Amino acid sequence: MSESSHYAPGTHPDLPPPARTTGMVGWVRGNLLSSPLNVALTLLSIWLLWSILPPAIHWLFTEAVWTAKDRKECWALMDAPRDAACWAFIRGSFELFVYGWFPEPERWRVNLTFILFIAAIFGGLRENIPGKKYWLIFAAAYPFIAAWLLLGGFGLEPVGTNKLGGILLTLVVAVTGIAFSLPIGIALALGRRSKLPALRGVCVIFIEFIRGVPLITLLFVASTMLTYFLPPGSTFDLLMRVLIMVTLFASAYIAEVVRGGLQGLSAGQYEAADSLGLSYWRAHQLVILPQALKISIPGIVNTFIGSFKDSVLVLIIGMMDILGLGRARLNDPDWLGLAPELYIFISLFFFISCFSMSRYSLSLEKKLHTGH
Amino acid sequence: MIQPAPSTSNPLLRLWRNQESRGVIIQILTMVVLFAFMAAIARNVVINLEAVGKEFSFGFLLWPAAYDIGFSPFLEYTNQSTHLRAAVVGLLNTLLVAFWGCILATMLGFILGIMRLSSNWLVSKISYVYVEFLRNVPILIHILAIYSIVVTLLPPAKKAINVGADAFFLSNRGFYVPSPVFEDGATFVGIVILISITLVFFFKRWAHRTQDETGKIYPVLWISIAILIALPGIAFLATGAPLSWDIPVLKGFNFKGGMAIKPEFLALWLGLSMYTACFIAEIVRAGIVAVSHGQSEAAFALGLRPNRTLQLIIIPQALRVIVPPLCSQYLNLTKNSSLAIAIGYMDITATLGGISLMQTGKEMETMLIVMGVYLLISLLISAFMNWFNHRIKLTER
Repeated sequence: MSESSHYAPGTHPDLPPPARTTGMVGWVRGNLLSSPLNVALTLLSIWLLWSILPPAIHWLFTEAVWTAKDRKECWALMDAPRDAACWAFIRGSFELFVYGWFPEPERWRVNLTFILFIAAIFGGLRENIPGKKYWLIFAAAYPFIAAWLLLGGFGLEPVGTNKLGGILLTLVVAVTGIAFSLPIGIALALGRRSKLPALRGVCVIFIEFIRGVPLITLLFVASTMLTYFLPPGSTFDLLMRVLIMVTLFASAYIAEVVRGGLQGLSAGQYEAADSLGLSYWRAHQLVILPQALKISIPGIVNTFIGSFKDSVLVLIIGMMDILGLGRARLNDPDWLGLAPELYIFISLFFFISCFSMSRYSLSLEKKLHTGH
Repeated sequence: MIQPAPSTSNPLLRLWRNQESRGVIIQILTMVVLFAFMAAIARNVVINLEAVGKEFSFGFLLWPAAYDIGFSPFLEYTNQSTHLRAAVVGLLNTLLVAFWGCILATMLGFILGIMRLSSNWLVSKISYVYVEFLRNVPILIHILAIYSIVVTLLPPAKKAINVGADAFFLSNRGFYVPSPVFEDGATFVGIVILISITLVFFFKRWAHRTQDETGKIYPVLWISIAILIALPGIAFLATGAPLSWDIPVLKGFNFKGGMAIKPEFLALWLGLSMYTACFIAEIVRAGIVAVSHGQSEAAFALGLRPNRTLQLIIIPQALRVIVPPLCSQYLNLTKNSSLAIAIGYMDITATLGGISLMQTGKEMETMLIVMGVYLLISLLISAFMNWFNHRIKLTER
């Protein structure tokens, strides 16, 4: 009798789990082949990926041409014309796509605006950063600094708003909408929750009206009709009109998200603030809004993402954002018919921006989820 | 000793310090500012309109529109028709694409949402990547990209792709499908279909009542399917099959006969549905996850089979979570259908808010009508949502 088969009670060493249930094999058995239906689904998925991925990689990367003067040269460099992507088109137009028609010698201002943008986002969102208060002030002041840098005046060469285009214009529209819609939206949400019927009525009508119509009709109003509302003889820049409409549109949606946050607070919070003798504004500043905004962060970020994506709609009223400019470039005889490359490039731009925003919102949600 | 609150002799200040009268003052001020603002705008509008010699009237709706609409499946429309008719054609086109968009988006969304919950890792990840990529790209890009694929990458009509049975053709002029031709007796078959639907409805109610009273369960689904197939089938054969198909045939440079699904409609429809489906997938996933695990365990413990559990326990509770956000997605889809103007699909924004506006110069009137129509659609969908919510609301005892 060998020694290993004799153990005093309680001294048997832990055996490793069966090899079939751990590691690679166990994972594959559990997640891909757990039932006949799952085996079939796995096979179907592999077949699907196999029929899509290799040709896609071939088209996008391995066969693609990165440098060429025009599309004819692109085709010449491929096995067969139009056999793969011609990224030379995007590379050749990249500066135009980023800066629009911003005057060449003044482009450092655009670069500085981009750098400050990244600094403002980074400083405004990082938690443990020294001098957090000053970063927040800087982030709040950023839209005005950016407006000064881009449009000039006060010592800088003035640049007309019609020179803005491409990614620059997309960011201008999106960031303005995002930055100004938050305070307006909070004000509207408070108005909608107000006890004063007249104030509440005005806010409800405004919010429901804006949410009931598509953004495109509001942009049409901005481009065709808004001039009639202004005092006779005054002119108002088209970009400004569009920015106002985009901001109002986003703020109605923010208002609904914030209202959800306000309703999510228990009545005890309001009563506690009242019983401490806080005035309306102090109560909201110290007790209500910090909690309500915390609950509504995911919704607010979602609205921001929507607002960022909606910024492409300005193309329909003839403004040259990244999509409008790109489509105009498609008519260039050198690059005729390269729509797939263009749309893939722009999709990637939006995907990267929006996906990182939604990831950030998810991580924030996890960090702020302190209850239960 | 408690100091009394400092009283002031200034009556205005006293009014302001009183909470009730302060509320009244704030409201009066709001209304005054608002009305002053509106009055200023109205004054500006009157002066500005006079300056360019326009007057505010809806009379232009009866002028001939003088432009063509390539896609008017419901109404007779020529370029001699009025602007009003053009607007109605546009509205019908909006509703058409929104209706089919909602249906396809719901189907795709449920499939994607259930795929995302699959225990199969590969299936779940494919759904995740697809949903995350598509929903983070603006819908306008979806629509434009699909449109450019349809128009530039699909072959011309002469070399159309034969999708199946020599009757379905895909070309850059659109998707050609056979159209049904109804002959004598088709009305009779239609009436029989209606009758069998009514029969099924009453049979279902009767079966429910019987189950409640006696506990006897009838196979409602199978009997209903049998009724729905058998009765119209018999009627169809009895009247001598009064239905034939008009099959599209290539004549010259284009197809003759059949029904064409235009590239504009196709691109808008697919773009709207694929984009909205991604949001619906997330809603469906969240709804199913929200049903507590204990519910399905309780159902199994009661001896319900898996499909009965799904049908009686999981789906009714998940729907309660799914339906409200689903309705707002339908609303978004309808509003997003206004992007039709980017690819030239003639919806209400493109007809009345686009060409009619340009031709008549009636910016105010056309935009008011267009916005009013969208507001009306929004209100109707919201009203339906509230009604449905009320119906499926948790009845607490």
